Amino acid sequence: MTNPIAPDLPAAGRMPAKPRAGVWRRLVKRPLALLGFLIVAIVVAGAILAPWLTGYDPNEQMFDGLTLEGSPLPPNAKFWLGTDLLGRDLLTRILFGARTSLIIGIVANGVALLIGTLVGVTAGYFRGWIGSALMRFTDLMMAFPALLLAICLAAVFEPSLWIVAMVIALVNWVQTARVIYTETSSLSEREFIDAERTIGASAPRILIRHILPHLLPTIIVWGTLGISTTVLLEATLSYLGIGVQPPTASWGNIIFENQTYFQAAPWLVFFPGAAILALALAFNLIGDALRDILDPTQRGRE
Amino acid sequence: MSAGVVDEHAYAAAEVALGPVLEITGLSVGVRGEDGEREVVSGLSLSLKRGETLCIAGESGSGKSMTALAIMQLLPQPAGRIVSGTIRLFDKDRGAVELTALDERRMRDIRGDRIAMIFQEPMTSLNPVLSIGRQLTESIEAHTGLSHAEAQRRAVEALKAVRISEAESRLRQFPHELSGGMRQRVMIAMALALEPDVLIADEPTTALDVTVQGEVLELLRDLQRQHGTSVILITHDMGVVAEMADRVIVMRNGRMVEEGATADIFAKPRAAYTQELLAAVPRIGAGAGRRNTAEAERAAGQEKVAVVNDLHVRFDLHGGFFGRVNRRVHAVEGVSFSIAPNETLALVGESGCGKSTTAKALAGLVPYTGGVTIGGRELSGLGGDARKAVRRDVQMVFQDPYASLDPRMRVGDLVAEPLLIHGIGSKRERRERVAALFERVGLSPGQMELYPHEFSGGQRQRICIARALALRPKLIIADESVSALDVSVQARVLDLLKELQREFGVAYLFISHDMAVVENISDRVAVMYLGQIVEIGSRDQVFSNPRHPYTRRLIEAVPVPDPSRRRTRFARLDREIPSATRRIGETVPKLLLKDFGGGHLAAVAD
Repeated sequence: MTNPIAPDLPAAGRMPAKPRAGVWRRLVKRPLALLGFLIVAIVVAGAILAPWLTGYDPNEQMFDGLTLEGSPLPPNAKFWLGTDLLGRDLLTRILFGARTSLIIGIVANGVALLIGTLVGVTAGYFRGWIGSALMRFTDLMMAFPALLLAICLAAVFEPSLWIVAMVIALVNWVQTARVIYTETSSLSEREFIDAERTIGASAPRILIRHILPHLLPTIIVWGTLGISTTVLLEATLSYLGIGVQPPTASWGNIIFENQTYFQAAPWLVFFPGAAILALALAFNLIGDALRDILDPTQRGRE
Repeated sequence: MSAGVVDEHAYAAAEVALGPVLEITGLSVGVRGEDGEREVVSGLSLSLKRGETLCIAGESGSGKSMTALAIMQLLPQPAGRIVSGTIRLFDKDRGAVELTALDERRMRDIRGDRIAMIFQEPMTSLNPVLSIGRQLTESIEAHTGLSHAEAQRRAVEALKAVRISEAESRLRQFPHELSGGMRQRVMIAMALALEPDVLIADEPTTALDVTVQGEVLELLRDLQRQHGTSVILITHDMGVVAEMADRVIVMRNGRMVEEGATADIFAKPRAAYTQELLAAVPRIGAGAGRRNTAEAERAAGQEKVAVVNDLHVRFDLHGGFFGRVNRRVHAVEGVSFSIAPNETLALVGESGCGKSTTAKALAGLVPYTGGVTIGGRELSGLGGDARKAVRRDVQMVFQDPYASLDPRMRVGDLVAEPLLIHGIGSKRERRERVAALFERVGLSPGQMELYPHEFSGGQRQRICIARALALRPKLIIADESVSALDVSVQARVLDLLKELQREFGVAYLFISHDMAVVENISDRVAVMYLGQIVEIGSRDQVFSNPRHPYTRRLIEAVPVPDPSRRRTRFARLDREIPSATRRIGETVPKLLLKDFGGGHLAAVAD
């Protein structure tokens, strides 16, 4: 039974797949992606519901939070995750710290990705003097020590959570821009981009409809990988006194405040560390799954 | 006891000398994919005699390359494996060797030494960072244990054997310094330096220009005669089969469809598939559905769809200390032609002659100087929007349909996109129009929701054609649009193009290196060489009365799919094709075309 007009057609009966609708369903089918979602959901819920989840104030230095010698308490029935050097409840601080870390992780990283993608795509697609100028500037930023830059910027502005996020974004967009630039310039050499030009597609259309979708996997991977780096950079800045100002809690500054007592009170580093790790892992799992699912050429190979 | 061994050995040696050199029985090769293991070669048996050329012919996916890799024990790892069957090599020194049972170390001794292989892409199979000499001597030293000086001498000999001039100095050159044909000759030299019993050539000339192809084929034939090497030649090109083979095996979907002597296969093919395959092969002078000249002449009288006048395209090359422009590639040098509605003008020539660049200039993909008039409107005087409107009338179909379709978009959206960009119709109207286009090119509208990778090569090219047709253009540029397709698919796509031309009156600029295809589809032909047109005229004028020596050589170099018309000597290149790269200030002598009457123009040698 071959088609007389076009015998090279496949056998009929191959049902076209439903557009879009399947993304969520296919995401749910992956246990690892689900785990990632679960972790993120827990962290978000914990951050939002923090005041109702614990009976303590994150900044309250409790009298019974320290031993008689003045050292912190390990996890116990009253303070589930123990207390820190100043007698504050660690669980409460981690819950409230999640707010800071999530905001920094998502906002700073999001802005960094946005800047990086814009710069990379523009330079990679248009080349010429615009491309050269943008990429030389990127190189310059790359050569400049990130921490020093962050310190300078933080010194100029009044330290606050949002300023910290902006500072981190301004430091972190560089790598993304480099990677996106390379990919865009090889993509724009591909024949289907030429084909788009011959049907009269404008540059914005080519960029948005035909180049960006191909960059999505890279953007997702950099985005999820970046979250852990960002959280840690925030911690470094906080440690240097130019990040989130104490006594506001963030996962990073909990670790940095307590790291010298790592041997005497390991829980002070372990729990916030585990939280950072879990969040980074969760975003990576989601990112991996999204990358596969959003790639139509992977369909039917699951 | 010892006498018995000697006898046995002597007997074995005698048998080896007379019998086949390679014998395959019941070979099945499986490749593991996501959906389990798939058999790509099933139950193949063949034997190769000493000094014989056996051609394995078939279309893509027929399992011919997998067979070659199975013999070499180079199946893609870890997915590929030999499921069953034996591959026995009858070696003069070793006697019968079962290749499937050998471990990797012993197989390495056989590879290159007893069985050598040459691949399709000479550039990718040579290491770009090592000199030719180093790569040649390395394999000689590895297999023979000769001293470096001795190996060097053998390498020079091998290069001389494949007719490479100045062999000693070539040893110091790197692969990128050689032309495609030279590289493939180096590959052959490498393969033959150790005088193997069996040479497997997997599509050795597919990536080469026709004139170079002829030369490489002749070289292979001569070398085989001298050394008595047995050759397995894998090809999809029935012309090459007719030219080279003693015996032919036709494969399809991993199975042998037919086997026989070359003359028999071509004269009276038994299997239906072989008959189809041979019928689909384009032949010069046998074009089906050719238009009569009266019709073509009527077409020529109308107002031209496109007029190209003195088109120049040059690419700057940066070099020197400050990256200044110091050389230019003169890709297109003063090309002029015109195309009438309903007419097909073929632009032929070998790689680097500027035919694709001409197409790209016409489609607005590369900057050019000179005049381009489309539908009576000169492009250079127009602003952006008007230019966009005129460009609608010129659409392009590329060589590789997969590369020219965005893999992340549904094919329906891809075909609708030109309409969307030019703001034609409502969403529903566009959908209907796309559905109609799908039906017109022989696809079903139900396939609009699929992605490009879910189609075969021929179907993808149909999608590209539908996309080009969406805007009802006056001119479609087909840049090697059927070269990447199997012959049977190619024939059907060519038929489709002809039908569409009759129906819509669209003109084609058909760019191809394949003279037989050109002869079948074109009304007029322009031959390009080094950026200039050396001959232009109607198909009959150019093919039956070629005036320029280059045109003649192009036509002669095409292998004829008829073993009774086998050539004893191919047209040999007197020199390498010169480069189109020139220093700044250097002028290119412009060819003067002489009119031979009836619109037949050709450059005359001065």
